[in-house]
Amino acid sequence: MKAYSYYPGCSLEKNARSYHESLMAVARRLNLSFDEIDDWNCCGATEYIALSVMPAYALVARNLALAAPDNGDPVQLIAPCSACFLNLRKADEYLQRRPDMAQKVNVALAEGGLEYDPGSVKVRHLLEVIVRDVGFESIGAQVVDPLTGLRVAPYYGCLIVRPGFNGGFDDPEYPTTLDRLMGVLGADVVNYPVKAHCCGGHMTQISESIALELLRRLLKSANDAEADVIVTLCPMCQLNLDAYQDAVNRHFGTNFQIPILYFTQLMALAFGLSPEAAGIGQEFVDARPALARIGMESEEEKPAPRSRRRDKVALPMPAMPEEG
Amino acid sequence: MAVLDTRTRAPTFLDEVVADTPGDDPRLDLCIQCGTCGGSCPSAADMDHTPRQLFAMIAAGMRDEVLRSNSPWYCVSCYYCMVRCPQEIHITDIMYTLKRKAIAAGHYRKSSAADAPGFSETFIDFVENYGRSFELGLATRYHLRHHPVDAMRKASSLGLGLWRRGRMDLTPRRIKDLEGLKAILAKARELETSGGDQR
Repeated sequence: MKAYSYYPGCSLEKNARSYHESLMAVARRLNLSFDEIDDWNCCGATEYIALSVMPAYALVARNLALAAPDNGDPVQLIAPCSACFLNLRKADEYLQRRPDMAQKVNVALAEGGLEYDPGSVKVRHLLEVIVRDVGFESIGAQVVDPLTGLRVAPYYGCLIVRPGFNGGFDDPEYPTTLDRLMGVLGADVVNYPVKAHCCGGHMTQISESIALELLRRLLKSANDAEADVIVTLCPMCQLNLDAYQDAVNRHFGTNFQIPILYFTQLMALAFGLSPEAAGIGQEFVDARPALARIGMESEEEKPAPRSRRRDKVALPMPAMPEEG
Repeated sequence: MAVLDTRTRAPTFLDEVVADTPGDDPRLDLCIQCGTCGGSCPSAADMDHTPRQLFAMIAAGMRDEVLRSNSPWYCVSCYYCMVRCPQEIHITDIMYTLKRKAIAAGHYRKSSAADAPGFSETFIDFVENYGRSFELGLATRYHLRHHPVDAMRKASSLGLGLWRRGRMDLTPRRIKDLEGLKAILAKARELETSGGDQR
């Protein structure tokens, strides 16, 4: 059993719980354990640093301090959300480069009884761990229900591949690791040119017209490549592409119906877990029709036996006598 | 970091932007005006100024025009410009610096992206008070404050969909050591304002 520290981030608690649930199911099969750091707080997303510097770094550093081991052994902290990953990793790198900033952050942390030595926690994104530490061969060995015939468009978004705090694990412009992972699961991987373009991030809230145009480009490109599903590795990308797909269709007069799933959900399905165990069914654009086409029927979706309707010639049912 | 020795002259707007950007030298003074940034930017078409223009304006000391521009608020943090810049300028980090300076100067209210800081402030308000983000509260409060006419439509269309799929909390989640977090953030705010140098 290989153990990692785990920073789920706010999204995985609820809105992206299918990501968390499918990850835990897959981890058991791969003999990995992800141990949630106690009492972690929000990473600040892309919002805090737009308002202030020291509080934004102190907020992130509290998580790093909670993850840091008492005995000084190197610890690996895994984040499944691209924004959490970048915030944690970037803060750690910038604090290493700027001892004056690290000193101030520690003055702040001391108020909460904590301290952090920059560089003592190695922050990694979940996809890197799956691809590098587990490896394609071990993953392939777990595949019992290959996703044969399912056309999958791998979507990377931004923050796992740019600005390059990922230890060179994939290319910033044309990443391929998720493509290869999907190939190992037996899927038909489609190539489309915008796989590392932006989903708009928080723009769906601030300026919806800009966000809808960015989402349209992604959906159109994947649709042109005849993708059955788009697979993602970030809760923000999933939410934007999934929950706003209907808004894109209304805004542009399009008719995209592309389910957006997490890569761990497709791993779980290929490992033989049921669609329910893989968290299928929580998406706005239902993934079950696409999965049914490759023979992955959900238990709930099997047509229920028709309720017997009594016809006119049936015997009368007994009735309770009227009281009084 | 400095190109010019600020001991012998007053700091320029460019010096100020560089000094307020965290991390190591953001290399802003090295811009060669090639325009790779704007050409790589997914939202450049909606910006008042492309990043290239903005950097020329910073170099020219056009403080008010820069801080009134909607460009930093339309930055989506995709980092395409930053990985493509031949001068390796920390463009995304500089956009965040410009957001902070625009808020401090009060100029963002004049840009066409005047709601954007309100979203960040509302988001962070929940984080500071609970330790975690809270989507329902964020959407409701932000839209009521900034889009009062169709707030309920904006907040409820997404909110109901998430709630029906079991994807939304109706109450915020609170961390255990909230007092500790509040003390840390209070101290950090004090260090931010007292230091002068915000880095």
